[in-house]
This record gives sequence, structure tokens and C-alpha cells, in this order.
Amino acid sequence: MLPFLLRRAFSSVIVIFCVISITFVLARITKGGPFDTDKVISDQVMKAKLARYHLDGTVSQQYFAYVSAIAHFDLGVSTRYRDWRVSELLRQKMPNSFALGALAFVIASCAGVFLGSLAAMKKDTWIDRSAMFGALLSISIPSFISGPFLIAIFALWLGWLPVGGWGTVSQMILPAICLAAPYIAYVARLMRNSLLDVLKSDFLRTARAKGLTETQAVARHAIKVAILPVITFLGPLAAHLLTGSMIVESVFNISGAGMIFVNSIQNRDVFLLGGAVIVYCMLLVLFNLFVDVIYTLLDKRIKLYA
Amino acid sequence: MPEAAAPASIARPDGWQILKRNRAALIALGFLAGLSLIAIVVPMLLPEELKGTSSASFVPPLQRSVETHALHLLGTDVNGQDMLYRVLSGARVSLGVGLIGALISLGIGTLYGMISGYAGGRIDGVMMRTVEVLQSVPRILFIMILIAALDEYVKEWIDGWRLAAEARNWIDLAANISELKAYSKVLVMIVSLGLVEWLTMARIVRGQVLVLREMTFVTASRAMGQSSWGVLRRHLLPNLSTIILTYLTLTIPAVILDESFLSFLGLGIEDPAASWGSLLKDGAQVINPLESKWWLLVFPALLMSASLLALNFLGDGLRDAFDPKSGD
Repeated sequence: MLPFLLRRAFSSVIVIFCVISITFVLARITKGGPFDTDKVISDQVMKAKLARYHLDGTVSQQYFAYVSAIAHFDLGVSTRYRDWRVSELLRQKMPNSFALGALAFVIASCAGVFLGSLAAMKKDTWIDRSAMFGALLSISIPSFISGPFLIAIFALWLGWLPVGGWGTVSQMILPAICLAAPYIAYVARLMRNSLLDVLKSDFLRTARAKGLTETQAVARHAIKVAILPVITFLGPLAAHLLTGSMIVESVFNISGAGMIFVNSIQNRDVFLLGGAVIVYCMLLVLFNLFVDVIYTLLDKRIKLYA
Repeated sequence: MPEAAAPASIARPDGWQILKRNRAALIALGFLAGLSLIAIVVPMLLPEELKGTSSASFVPPLQRSVETHALHLLGTDVNGQDMLYRVLSGARVSLGVGLIGALISLGIGTLYGMISGYAGGRIDGVMMRTVEVLQSVPRILFIMILIAALDEYVKEWIDGWRLAAEARNWIDLAANISELKAYSKVLVMIVSLGLVEWLTMARIVRGQVLVLREMTFVTASRAMGQSSWGVLRRHLLPNLSTIILTYLTLTIPAVILDESFLSFLGLGIEDPAASWGSLLKDGAQVINPLESKWWLLVFPALLMSASLLALNFLGDGLRDAFDPKSGD
């Protein structure tokens, strides 16, 4: 296990390094700098401003200054929100995205596994067909369509849930459903296909032969094996959901990490962008590692090769 | 050996026959063909006065505006632009970006996958590690950064052409070029999306090439002196065509989604050009409990969802027909 973890840690650092390098260089060769405004600023003032953030000189000089700061665990200072450190900004915005993402993740995985299993057990009945049609439908309706419609129906028309705002559980329900909807469908489709394969296998025939009902056989034996491919999908999904959704945050007016991405690109706030990208990649790498470890716990046949 | 003698009778039915029996996929194909035709033809037939802004803002569907007496089948938006024209020209942009972006990613992905799979060994290892690194990169972020990085350069380039045309007194051409500037983001988006979306295609093609290159007809062709490039082009590419077609159909909705995602956030297409994403952004902004302007949201939403649904149905049908083992 240990050599595996070490090797993964090493390759993760390389991946994150590549991503941050591409991000920084692309962001700096983009036309327009972080201090461009409508007002005319003299060259000297602009130079002094850029120098304060180590953004003067050639791109390669700026890049090495940034990388050495990162190596010292310093994400730098936002060029847009004056006097705010990137780490402080992230700490302030991330919890909102985390809460929303965690709720959406629970909804997507539970509902997806349940619907997928149901569809597989009732294969070729109307339950199966309508579940799979529903899945394709919810994949085809992006969150910037479902979001406004959910608001219009449940908040404005029926009045069951608040239109916007953030803080209470009832305010989180609509955005979480909106964020989870397409992923319920992906999980359900994966689960259905995987369970259908498992249902054909010999050990399940044995389980039925010893007198278990179909539901018991599936719940006790089949789910454990069939869920493995789903878990591979859930790892990156968790990272994706926890780092915030730009669309859902913009539709429901939530101040989270997703909007950091959009705003920092538009404001050319290269340090904030870099910090957000690092957090995203670290979560992604972490959850992928998590998936591999869970795999070995669920399926004893799998060995982690270092 | 008796097993070897009877392959014809146990061969799987032809993929096209399986597809022909899939009614949902055929309806989807018909819908997409019809929509593309309408999106290309109808905007050309609409009267000129419907194509610009007017003083008649927020006219509900199927009503004539008080000011101009023009009939607006799908109503008008805040600037008095006809929604039918906007939705259809948005369809042109969205479907066009989807198709061309997917074609670019198909070209890159197929070439990359074929080289990687056919070369094998260390080259294959390095090329596939690269794909894995790129896959762990946040995709939509990179598209956003690429667009921001490329957009200004393309705008400058277009301005250069306009000035060159003006200097030669080609007024019509200069006017056309400055109209083109609204669509510069579209060009940048197509290139950026194409550059980012090819990874799945590369992996699928490589997997197929790994199987195909061990076949006897490939060995025979090489024994007869065919160059590597010739084998790839003459023998492997035809055998890959159905897989490529299948994943092209599944890449188009992904690219359309990305494009409208960007336009919805205001990072994509710019006024006066429109795509489904930018129309939905306008529609989402006017939702309020007092006076609902539902037509701004409902029509682009319906058209976009229906198109994505049709593309997904068609893609699933193609995959069931030509790549039955892959599943989801």
C-alpha cells in the first residue's frame, strides 16, 4: 500500500504542476492585464503596480517567481480584491460550494444507485423504460435550463421553496437538485448496466438457489459488486461538485467557488485563478486516490500495483 | 475445423440494420435534419424588418406589435428583436459550433489515437500518459482561459483585414468584415472546444487500433511493402469509420453544451450574434413573479433540450449498433 501511495503522490504533484504551469502562462500571455481600467494610467504607475505583484519582466520570470512562491505554500495576493490573500478568499467562498456540492453528491449517488438498481431488476418493464428515458431527458437538459424552470415552478408558482438566498436548508434544496439532476442520470445508467451484468453471474444463481428472494440476493450480494464501476465515476464527480458549479451559483445567486473561476478569468486575477485551479486539482487527485483505496476494500481481488 | 467453417452464419447482423430497427434513433435523425434545414432556410425567408432591433420590446408571442404592426410568432425581446429569428439564428450558431468543434476534435483525436495505437511500445505509453494528464485538467476552465487568451488576437487580426479592405476602398467587404467581428468569439470557441474535446476520441480509436493491427490483413499489407502511413489510411481508417461516426454523434452534444454554458455565463458569443446559451441567459434574467416574460425562456429551452435529446438518442442508437460492448 505505501509504495502505491508514494507513487501516486509523486504523479499527482506532477499533474498539478503541469496544470498550474499551463494556467499561469496562458493567463499571462492573454491580452489585457489585471490593472487595466478605463482610466489612463501612466506607464510608471503601471510598472510599479505590476512590480508589487511580481508581474513585471518576462513571462518566464513571472512564472518562476510564482512557482517558487507556490513551493513555499504561498498562493499570493489577489490583484482584484485589494489586500485579500488568495487563501483567505478561498477559505471564505469554499464552504458554500462545499455544502451545496456535498448535498448534490448525496442526492446524485443515492437516487442514481436506487433508480439504476430498480431499472435493472425490472428490466424491459415500463419502470425500466421510463427510468432510462428520464435519465436521457435529464442528461439533455442542462442546469441553466432546469435552474430557471425549477425557480419558476417551485418558488414562484407553487411557493414551496424560497427563490434565492443562502444559509438555510430550504434555500439549498433547489440548487442542489438542479446541480445533481444530470448526475443522477449518469449514475443510474452506469448502475443499471453494471447490475445487469452481475445478475447473470454464477454466484447470484447460487444465492437464488439457496432460497433468497430476488431483492435479498441483490441487496446482499449483487450490489456490492455492481457498485464498483459507479464508484470510479463518483470519485471525480465528488471533486467536480465540491469545487462549485459556475452555472448553478450564477442562476441561484450563491457566492461560491464557481464564481471565483469566472470572475478571476474576466478580471485577469491570475493569482486567484491559480489558487482556485490548485484547489480543484488537489481535490480531483485526492478523490481519485480515495476511489482506488475503496476499491481494494470492496473487492479483495484487486491489488494496488506500485 | 468446423468452428472456422461457419463464421458467416453466426456473424453479427450489420450495424446499419440494427440502427434501422431503432425507431427512436430514426425519429431523432429526422428531427435533427429538419431542424438544420429550418435553421438554414427560414431566417433567409423572413422579412428584413424582423432581423434588427425595433421599438417594440417584449411583444408576447402570436401578436402584432403596436408600433410596427409586424407579426411576431414567438414574441420579441427587450431590444424588440424577433424571437423566431433569434432562436433560429441561435440554432445556426449552436449546431454549427457543435458540428465543427466536434469535427476538429475528431480529426485530432483520430490521428492521435491511430498513431499511438499503431506505434505501440514506448511512444504509445508516453502519448497515453499525456492524455491521462490532460484528462485530469479542469476542461471547462481551460476552454475559458483559451478563449480569453485567443480572443483579442483574433479581433486584432479581423481589424487588420478590415483596415486593409478600407484602404483599398472595398466598402462592401469592409462592412462584411466588421459584421464578422461579432462572430469572432464563435471562431475562437470552435477552435478552443475542438482543442479540448478530443481526449475520449483518442482513447477509443487507440483501443480499436490495438485490436486491428494484429489482424492478418494488416500483416499481409505490410508484407506486401505498404508503408505505415498507407496501412493506417487504407486499411485501418475504413475499419474505424463507424466507431468514429458514433463518437462524433456523442461529441456534438458535449460541444453544444459547452458552447451554451460559456455563452450563458457571458464568456461566449457577443451581441448582436446569439446562440441558445445567450438567449437562455436573457430569458433567465427576466423571470419574476409579477410579469412573467416566459417566451424568452421557453422557446430556446425547448429547442435546445429537444436537439440535445435527439443527438443523445441518435448517439446511443449508433453505439448500440456499432459498439455494443462499450455500454456507458
